[in-house]
Amino acid sequence: MLGKNVTAMKNFSAEEIRLVLNTARKMKQIIRGGEKKLPNLRGKAIVNLFYEPSTRTRTSFELAGKYLGADVVSINSGTSSIVKGESLRDTLRTIEAMGVDAIVMRHKAEGAADFATQVVKPVIINAGDGAHAHPSQALLDLFTIEQHKGRLAGLKVAIVGDILHSRVARSDVYAMTKMGIEVHFAGPKTLLPRFFEFDGVTIHEDIETAIENADVINVLRIQLERQQAGLFPSTREYARVFGINDDRLRLAKDDVLILHPGPQNKGLEISSNVTYCERSAIHDQVQNGVAVRMALLDLTLNTGV
Amino acid sequence: MINQTWQIRRREANISSTLLIRGGRVIDPANNFDGAADVLVIDGKIAAVKPDIKFSADYEYNAAGKIVTPGLIDMHVHFREPGQEAKEDFLSGAKAAVAGGFTTVATMPNTSPVVDNAALVRSMVKRAEEVGLINIKIIGAVTKGQQGQELAEMRDMIAAGAVAFSDDGHFDDNAKIFLNALDYLHDTGKLIVCHEEETSLVKGGVMNEGKRSALLGLKGRPTVAEDIAVARDVLLAEYTGGRVHIAHISSARAVEIVRDAKKRGIKVTAEVTPQHLTMTEDLVNPTDASTKINPPLRTQKDCDACLAGLLDGTIDALVTDHSPHAVEEKDREYIYAPSGFPGLETSVGILFTELYHKGKIDLKTLISKMTAEPAKIFGLDAGTLSIDAPADITIIDPEFVWTVDAKNFYTKGSHSPFVGRELKGRAVATIVRGNLMKLNQ
Repeated sequence: MLGKNVTAMKNFSAEEIRLVLNTARKMKQIIRGGEKKLPNLRGKAIVNLFYEPSTRTRTSFELAGKYLGADVVSINSGTSSIVKGESLRDTLRTIEAMGVDAIVMRHKAEGAADFATQVVKPVIINAGDGAHAHPSQALLDLFTIEQHKGRLAGLKVAIVGDILHSRVARSDVYAMTKMGIEVHFAGPKTLLPRFFEFDGVTIHEDIETAIENADVINVLRIQLERQQAGLFPSTREYARVFGINDDRLRLAKDDVLILHPGPQNKGLEISSNVTYCERSAIHDQVQNGVAVRMALLDLTLNTGV
Repeated sequence: MINQTWQIRRREANISSTLLIRGGRVIDPANNFDGAADVLVIDGKIAAVKPDIKFSADYEYNAAGKIVTPGLIDMHVHFREPGQEAKEDFLSGAKAAVAGGFTTVATMPNTSPVVDNAALVRSMVKRAEEVGLINIKIIGAVTKGQQGQELAEMRDMIAAGAVAFSDDGHFDDNAKIFLNALDYLHDTGKLIVCHEEETSLVKGGVMNEGKRSALLGLKGRPTVAEDIAVARDVLLAEYTGGRVHIAHISSARAVEIVRDAKKRGIKVTAEVTPQHLTMTEDLVNPTDASTKINPPLRTQKDCDACLAGLLDGTIDALVTDHSPHAVEEKDREYIYAPSGFPGLETSVGILFTELYHKGKIDLKTLISKMTAEPAKIFGLDAGTLSIDAPADITIIDPEFVWTVDAKNFYTKGSHSPFVGRELKGRAVATIVRGNLMKLNQ
């Protein structure tokens, strides 16, 4: 995977996914160990280019790079030349000219990371492009599921909520089906993508059939502006009909695993009880995110010096 | 590759001169003519169309193996004047038209400021005369500022030379204003060219709503937005007796609605572009904004329906919707790039390659949709090789093989989804009012 651009799970084979997950397992031990400074990426420079706000993804990429010994700089669009109207092409070329080895980017525009791969030579890692893709999230979802369930193939995963606007759902669907997982989408029809067709994916307009006997429920964030856009009438009604709470959880398997990419709206798409219950792996996902991002950076950048 | 030494002469038509086009296959749908003939031009007018003309002309053009047609007409271009000259201006646009074989175009009013009053129409008519390379007709706005709130002074604009009206670029949501516009124009015979996408359904959309947008996560512009708009405007045309012209139709269902409306005798006409006939949403790649247009590229089913509509007369005219933008505007994120690409220089090549050479359309129908029919719809003194008609003539080499390269474009626009395509068929000479505008052999 050396030099591979990580823009979408669509471009990953099952073997590559397996390699990332196995590497992440080793990285997680390092995070949990005392000395979190490896020499793997010593002498490498990574720029985090974030056009959208982010806490966990940006921090986790930043720490992942630092744990591996790389120099990491984060650029926030609000305090850079981007506010002066510099084009994406020019910003990327400027960063490239400074000699970086990888650019981790988050952008509002679908396809921005793929655009970057055509413009500059450093490895591009997509940390989210609009509603298109968020590959490291999909990989950390898989990693978390495997850590808890001991396997991936044959599991039933329900992804519920705002599928329409979700880059997580669009990445999970490629990553999970490649690993033999059966995927079920559910949400109000206003938040489901029309014409979505994908082998191994079933779409439901009610939450109950989707989570029935599910091994995993991945609860997506509901952005409050979706209500203003008229996609659902009230947060109260959403929570009642589509929210994941204790009652609804009884439909799933007893040992169902709860995921959420964060940040959560408690009492809307997920209840506090569910978030903090023993079946919730939401907190683990954060640490696993660092491990998976370390694995991605190591596999794409480590020339084995 | 093509030798880029085109001579574009700016000369007025009334200079006495004679031109004889020898040995071509003349296709003149307005006169129901298709056969071997010579075409004689005297003083900027057609003097004779018949085999073996004996005449010693100032200039002879050997058209053996080529197709000689009335000058092509494109009733839907954006030449961006006034105010958006970084994208295109009348001169660059006119050169692109000459290069593509077009002798008459009509410019859309969505400029800056909007062409919504007689003073602007007059100045644009004057500007067209100054440029002089081709016939540039002016389409005025239906509403002030194209805002859809108040009627623009359309009768003043007619007096100043406007040939039709359009709020192209967007749909007029206010049905009452649109109905008023149809009533107000009723006795003038002028038509309204309608951009048919219901606004609330396409807000934020950048491509067709379909399988591909669902996977890419890009916001969609559904066909139903077009279907609703076409249905409303057809019903208002029926109710008022006014004339509605459906711009760049792209949805299969919309084609059906127009077909049905024509059967009922409603005064509706329609146009389609080469891109909506030959390209689908599958070509949309969010790293390249070339494919971003409104209405968007649809599906094969829609392309097929548009072609069927073109063949059975539901769709009357072919247009390019030539919509150039500055390079830096298109060279950016898909969702931020403006919609539209230049089409004048690729239209003949695409239509010949994808439709004629694939046996999907006969030449007479194809040429008719680019000459006689648009001339009739818009009431233009063009689109025919009748004796004494203005000598606007296009010579097409149907076998000319070339590759689309933006470096060779005369338009200021660069991003076209046709770039890189090898095409067969091209306009090799464009004659405007008897002047051979381009020598390209």
